[in-house]
Amino acid sequence: MAQANAVLVKGAKVQKKKNRNSIERKKERTAYLFIALPVLYFVSFRILPTFFSFFLSFMEWDLLSPEREFIGFENYITAVSDPTLQKVFGNTFEYVFVCVPLMVVISLVLALMLNQIVKGRSFFRLIVFIPYVTSAVAISYVWKWMFMKNGGVINGILKFFGIAPQPFLNSADQSIFVVMSNIIWSSIGFNAIILLAGLMQIPRTYYEAAEIDGASGWEKFRYITIRQLNPTLVYVTVMGTIRTLQVFTQVYNIAGAEGGPLKSTASIVTEIYHTAFRQYKMGLASAITVILFIVIMIITLVQMKVLNKETD
Amino acid sequence: MTLLYLAFVVIGVVMVFPFIWMIATSFKTGTDIYSLSLLPKKFTLDNYREVLAGSDFPRWFLNSFLVAGITTLSVLVFDPLLGYAFCKYRFRGKEAIFTMLLSTMMIPTEMMIIPWYMMVNQLGWNNTYWSMLFPGLSSAFGIFLMRQFFTGVPDELLDAGRIDGLSEFGVYTRIALPLVTPALSALGIFTFLGNWNSFLWPVIALDSKEKYTITLGLAQFSAENASQWELIMTGASVATIPIIIIFLIFQKKIIEGVQLTGVKG
Repeated sequence: MAQANAVLVKGAKVQKKKNRNSIERKKERTAYLFIALPVLYFVSFRILPTFFSFFLSFMEWDLLSPEREFIGFENYITAVSDPTLQKVFGNTFEYVFVCVPLMVVISLVLALMLNQIVKGRSFFRLIVFIPYVTSAVAISYVWKWMFMKNGGVINGILKFFGIAPQPFLNSADQSIFVVMSNIIWSSIGFNAIILLAGLMQIPRTYYEAAEIDGASGWEKFRYITIRQLNPTLVYVTVMGTIRTLQVFTQVYNIAGAEGGPLKSTASIVTEIYHTAFRQYKMGLASAITVILFIVIMIITLVQMKVLNKETD
Repeated sequence: MTLLYLAFVVIGVVMVFPFIWMIATSFKTGTDIYSLSLLPKKFTLDNYREVLAGSDFPRWFLNSFLVAGITTLSVLVFDPLLGYAFCKYRFRGKEAIFTMLLSTMMIPTEMMIIPWYMMVNQLGWNNTYWSMLFPGLSSAFGIFLMRQFFTGVPDELLDAGRIDGLSEFGVYTRIALPLVTPALSALGIFTFLGNWNSFLWPVIALDSKEKYTITLGLAQFSAENASQWELIMTGASVATIPIIIIFLIFQKKIIEGVQLTGVKG
């Protein structure tokens, strides 16, 4: 009897294996069918071009002539030693160090404020969010118009308060801040909405329990709000940093592809554009894109490591 | 509490003022724009006449709409398909291929624009709609997002469909897809907006005026009419107002989509 059962079980197992094979294989074939075209797309339009950029960064090439000259790391040396490029890297870091903290803090304050009100929350949420959906190009020109030295409305308002008209975009010191104000203005709404969603998920009971334990407002904020919100804050910070490192549209349209007076507003990406498509130094431009890639990776990894530690 | 609302009013003004100033300027005459009053001394529609009838703006608007629309459609077809495949199927090489796709998320667009430009030149894609379409037909982020959402679809439901005689594709379209519509609409909205606003690649790849997207067209228009701010602001308004209207109509979905990706991400 036991032997018969054993044979039956064994027979069933063998049968199951055969069935599993044909169903599994059918599913596998379907999977390959689903992914074939898109994978081909990614290889052709993402992976191969990236390798080609690496390859090109070791060359000297002006786009028109058929020869490309292998020059090893010379482009990279130029990228870090050329004073103009050093200024550009410095500008971009300045963009990041000023815009990102301000962006995150202001968005957080805004999100906290939105969380406090019930009546009118959706209305103000809407108002705050509108800058994000509008064309960055259009807004850049509005900024250029508002901050004009003669006739711009900002100087007009300053004049009303008795302050002398500022050169703004004509000044090597001030122009970068004009661009920064645009970057910050257009992103705080978006970030505030994300942070608000995170805030709304924190259970009230946490706060109530803390109150029973006698926690102060600041302690509640620090140990409940910030800690619970941490993943969202990290996300907002990392995304904001990556976007700011890649700033192009605002610089190009507010200050020009050249990069403003004394190149004071030039960012890495406007410089890549300038080097490749105005100066036709394809190899050098490719090297700068590789450096940008490495910078983004390093900063992202560092941020995620440092900021995620806060949850412990 | 009233202090809070007061603060909101101030913030609201700061957020909205650039738009108001933009629109106000578009209704003023060339000499009037330098006055600081909000309302035009002499309300004029001449600027709009010139921009809408006498320039390429309508054409540029159409181009942007076409490009953003087709790209979004493509993303909505392919990204969920891949997300589903990586989530619900087992196949050889799955981990490797998925890792490869995910790693493309790390590649900044800037690294690809020079090779793309060379592709466009050497394959004769200059100034075609295709040159604006090919970069955005699928996104690694979208695939990742859809995969996350498909994990919430129970396998039993899919098996039930198979038992009922649906093909694999039928299971996908009739059972799985309808269950992830919030993610689909979020992905669609982001893709459309992102594509509509794209500037770097159009600036590089297009030099025929009639193929310009509206972002590039506005920049070109502003360069050509450099000191006529009333015209530039009108162009900016034409570029901005339709999107704001669409946003106001779909606002609930859009804001939900943003929160969805932010909290899950």
